[in-house]
Amino acid sequence: MTDAYVVGIDMIKFGRFPDRTVPDLGAEAALLALDDCGLKIQDMEALYCGNLGQAGGMVGQRILQEIGQTGIPVVNTANACATGATAFREGWMSIKAGVYDVVLAVGVEQMGKGLLGGAGGGTGIPKEGLLGSGTMPAVFAEAGQEHASKYGTTFEQFAKVSVKNHHHSTLNPKAMYQIETPLETVMNAEMIAYPNTKLMCSVNVDGSAAAVICSEKKARELGLMGRAVKVSASVLTSDPWQERDLVMPDVNSCTRLASAKAFEMAGIGASDVNLVELHDCFATAEILHYENLGLCADGEAGKMIDSGDSALGGRCPVNVSGGLLSKGHPLGATGIANIYEVSTHLRGEAGKRQVEGAKVGMTHVIGLGSACAIHVLEKVTA
Amino acid sequence: MSGIPLPTPNPITRPHWEGCREGLLRVQRCSACGDFVFIPRVGCPRCLLETLEWVESVGRGTLYSYSVVHRPQRPEFEVPYVVAIVELDEGWHMLTNLVECEPEDVRVGMKVEVSYREMSDEITLPYFRPRP
Ligand SMILES: [Zn+2]
Repeated sequence: MTDAYVVGIDMIKFGRFPDRTVPDLGAEAALLALDDCGLKIQDMEALYCGNLGQAGGMVGQRILQEIGQTGIPVVNTANACATGATAFREGWMSIKAGVYDVVLAVGVEQMGKGLLGGAGGGTGIPKEGLLGSGTMPAVFAEAGQEHASKYGTTFEQFAKVSVKNHHHSTLNPKAMYQIETPLETVMNAEMIAYPNTKLMCSVNVDGSAAAVICSEKKARELGLMGRAVKVSASVLTSDPWQERDLVMPDVNSCTRLASAKAFEMAGIGASDVNLVELHDCFATAEILHYENLGLCADGEAGKMIDSGDSALGGRCPVNVSGGLLSKGHPLGATGIANIYEVSTHLRGEAGKRQVEGAKVGMTHVIGLGSACAIHVLEKVTA
Repeated sequence: MSGIPLPTPNPITRPHWEGCREGLLRVQRCSACGDFVFIPRVGCPRCLLETLEWVESVGRGTLYSYSVVHRPQRPEFEVPYVVAIVELDEGWHMLTNLVECEPEDVRVGMKVEVSYREMSDEITLPYFRPRP
């Protein structure tokens, strides 16, 4: 089976663009990714497009209507917050399977303001208020409180995640925000669902990102191995059955399952990972995922944020892009934007926020309901 | 909380809602593996068999985790309110609201019991409250 490589990848600066359209935002990222590797839309053999808000709207085809209707197959994906990563993975699978040699993956989203609701029940028992809450802040607040009661994790430690990620985003010109948020500001911001304040919730923004994925043979043929990034693992999981997770989407089990599979597929361990872009949809979530991804031992996540291990310059920097908390979270775009961030570090092109000597990176997203996607990316050494 | 959206019982969930109306907390249990299953569904997600049967819970347990919601998704809800995961004495988890308790007094591990609220002729909601 061939190895698959990212040869071109880019994203637009995340922001709010109410006067633009979804296909238009997707087209911009697609052209940026193609430019990044000097290829054209007529070189692409297929398009995998991730978008949630207009999942029934043939967004991929409408992107091609803007940049070139070459007649290639288009697959549109929707998988909650794992939508973009799922589109990327569909492309990766087509290369691994040997069906195509070079394909395009695009993730795009235009968001409204407000709180995200849960996945539709269909069980006749709507969750909001009746039996708790289906809003994302409450789901992740409860998951955080579970960690707090088990390990003594504090409100301040959760808040520090937001301080760190906002600091990182001051170094990322493509992030929605470039502002420092001191600890007191984060802790005193409007309480949404304890222990997550407004600054501890991800930012709803518009955005897009795209990647050109290529087989090894084709990448060599095109002379694109120089800046290529190897996709050494691509994993997607749904929630495995757990009797205790009867009522809330389980953000932990599907991540643990995915990370174990990803490390096995890539043939590495957590200690080999130099940087991680993980799904910090809420500050509490980042703390949980340090342990779920094996970046620290169970119960040590509070210590990990206190020690600076997960900050730029630390042992394993997490969300140096600013993360969903400050770079922003356009659902369908997030998965590919994470891959862009890690690829940029592996290429040594991340400027002021460069993780020095980065050779292996990991990306992680969770779509509630649930879908977890993990990618392991490696610098090409040969 | 008044005017909040109410569930519409369907063939799968009706035994649960009828139980609430009679003051019984009914939950599904798998006769093959013994796992409790809530929210109600067709088959056991572990055994992949249609081996679920309805049993009655004691309706008592402890608070497993919670959040205090200050910004609701819908305006009908009065804030702040406590969303709670309760671990029933039988070991299963249920999502609910904690009532008859000030948000600042909520503690993980506190003892709780079911407290029914009649919302309409058809629907009674199973909330939880602290117990001694
Ligand atoms: Zn069973």
